Amino acid sequence: MYKLFLRSLISALFLLGFSINANAEFKVGFVYVGPTGDHGWTYQHHEGRNAVEALGIKTTYVESVPEGADAERVIRQLAQSGHDLIFTTSFGYMDPTNKVAKDFPNVKFEHATGYKREHSNVSTYSARFYEGRTLLGHMAGKMTKTNTIGYIASFPIPEVIRGINAMTLAAQKVNPDIKTKIVWVFTWYDPGKESEAAQALIDQGADIIMQHTDSTAPVQVAEKAGVWSFGQASDMQRFAPKSILTSIIDDWAPYYVERSIAARDGTWKQQDTWHGLKEGMVAMAPYNSAMGSDLIKEVEQLQKDLASGKAHSFTGPIYDQKGNILVAEGAVADDGMLAGMNVYVKGVEGDIPQ
Amino acid sequence: MSFDLNFIGILIGAIMASSVPLILAASGELITERSGVLNLGVEGMMIIGAISGFALMVVTDNLFFAVIGSMLSGLIISLIFGLLTQSLLTNHVATGLALTIFGIGMSAMIGKNFVGIPGKEFPLLFINLKESIPFLGPIFFGHSIILYFAFGLPFLTNYFLKKTKTGLIIRAVGDSPTSASNQGINVTLVRYSCILYGGAMCGLAGAYLSLIYTPQWIENMTGGRGWIALALVVFATWSPIKVLIGALIFGGITILQLHMQAVGLRIPVQLLSALPYIMTIIVLVVISRDSRKIKLNTPTSLGQIFYKEK
Repeated sequence: MYKLFLRSLISALFLLGFSINANAEFKVGFVYVGPTGDHGWTYQHHEGRNAVEALGIKTTYVESVPEGADAERVIRQLAQSGHDLIFTTSFGYMDPTNKVAKDFPNVKFEHATGYKREHSNVSTYSARFYEGRTLLGHMAGKMTKTNTIGYIASFPIPEVIRGINAMTLAAQKVNPDIKTKIVWVFTWYDPGKESEAAQALIDQGADIIMQHTDSTAPVQVAEKAGVWSFGQASDMQRFAPKSILTSIIDDWAPYYVERSIAARDGTWKQQDTWHGLKEGMVAMAPYNSAMGSDLIKEVEQLQKDLASGKAHSFTGPIYDQKGNILVAEGAVADDGMLAGMNVYVKGVEGDIPQ
Repeated sequence: MSFDLNFIGILIGAIMASSVPLILAASGELITERSGVLNLGVEGMMIIGAISGFALMVVTDNLFFAVIGSMLSGLIISLIFGLLTQSLLTNHVATGLALTIFGIGMSAMIGKNFVGIPGKEFPLLFINLKESIPFLGPIFFGHSIILYFAFGLPFLTNYFLKKTKTGLIIRAVGDSPTSASNQGINVTLVRYSCILYGGAMCGLAGAYLSLIYTPQWIENMTGGRGWIALALVVFATWSPIKVLIGALIFGGITILQLHMQAVGLRIPVQLLSALPYIMTIIVLVVISRDSRKIKLNTPTSLGQIFYKEK
């Protein structure tokens, strides 16, 4: 009797499971590296998710997922629980995403800022943040009085090094005496460490603070110390109204909407997307009027030129720290070189940590 | 690195500011441990203090309430530890670890609605002469009242333990609870008080982080400082003055590391963050070679459960 009951229970559960699967509606999952309230990187991805949700598509998200073993577990769980499209929104999710993708060929995966597409169901996408860094460099070069730019860097990966180089090149162009000081904090999000780093840079004479980390701590430190700063990933203006000159804004919403619709309608194909100012994936927050209208006009013109292709962030001649030529005069760096960038350009102090 | 005097002053000021949470938490834990109780929940109590302080600041818009509230919440959370270890006689180590895990989870839950809210400027104690006096200015001025309190606390603690009757009672309880009990001392009551005091200080240490050091709330914002504070108590061989010295060394490592990077010197970051623990182990090895030195300050009954037969 007991066994019979158990057997019917199990089969009932199976039926239930199948019926859930059969009726399964289209679902999109998101994996975030920070909390949705970081007002930086993750916040912007979450805004993108909200845009997808607004279409009436069901979405789920998991926030503050560490890059590592936990990430694979979370991605796998999303795939198992009937999500049809999963966005993994941090560089460190690259290997876990590809690993899970192999086991779930019917689920589509979109990995942000990575370069591995080992299976046909994995796409990658990123934004040309370095175009924004070029604008920042131009402003920094013009605004600095101490000729020292402080840069808080996260991890020594091409994306971060590209940003440092793009900024330095643009700053050098308007101010040849510029020095870029870099502090590596080895985290994307640790306000305590980020603010200590910002303070250290300011104490060493930097009057411009730039960050490739996600919290608002550095701009708050800059505001308190009375130096200029730039917001990262989203408009951080309200955290440092006097200090922030502008912010680089990542706008993922149009891409997320497009890809979600494609996946739902069955037209999703593997691709590698790298959009910038032109497509609007990189946008600039309003410029601080403290810069003066002349400089704002200059920057706006440069922004237009970068978007139209008239200007390029990496136009030769570009030299590495030892003076070897990287990009010849008149040429521009190709995407392959940009994607794998792992050396500093001339004018950056220090070595890239290994 | 420019080696002018004023810059060194700025550096010392920054190191002092970063060592405050370590001094507060370690001084509190030191009293707890001197009464014979090992509370490994420092990190948990700190993070609860951090979120309570920040939440109260946002809700009441009053920094005084925020600071008092953070101490109270640290105290309440340590009361849980007290109830378990003193009244229900559970293992100190296991309970303390559980308290840390509980604190981190609980704070994340409470903190959900407080992420991304900018903090409030904390008033400075004196007229800010930071800029006007070279070298000494950045060392003595431009700090919050909590920093001055923290730097006085180890001396007060030292006096309290060595010169007052209550201090003697605490030490007696920590060294031999049985003898103390036979003398008519209520061991459980003394230990409860020390646990609560430790909790309040850890709460204050957390509030320093969320209200002054980085005025905002972020999940897990104590970032392991509670564990360093625990190591610090051992590093200081349970002596309050050495806690102060150790906190400055441990705080200094973090700040100097960033400055060395900014001038282009490279030392593996991972090695530097491990340094406090490595130094603690070295100190432990050194003191264990000289048993007289250990006996001087180490509470002999540390971590042992005391049970009075009725």
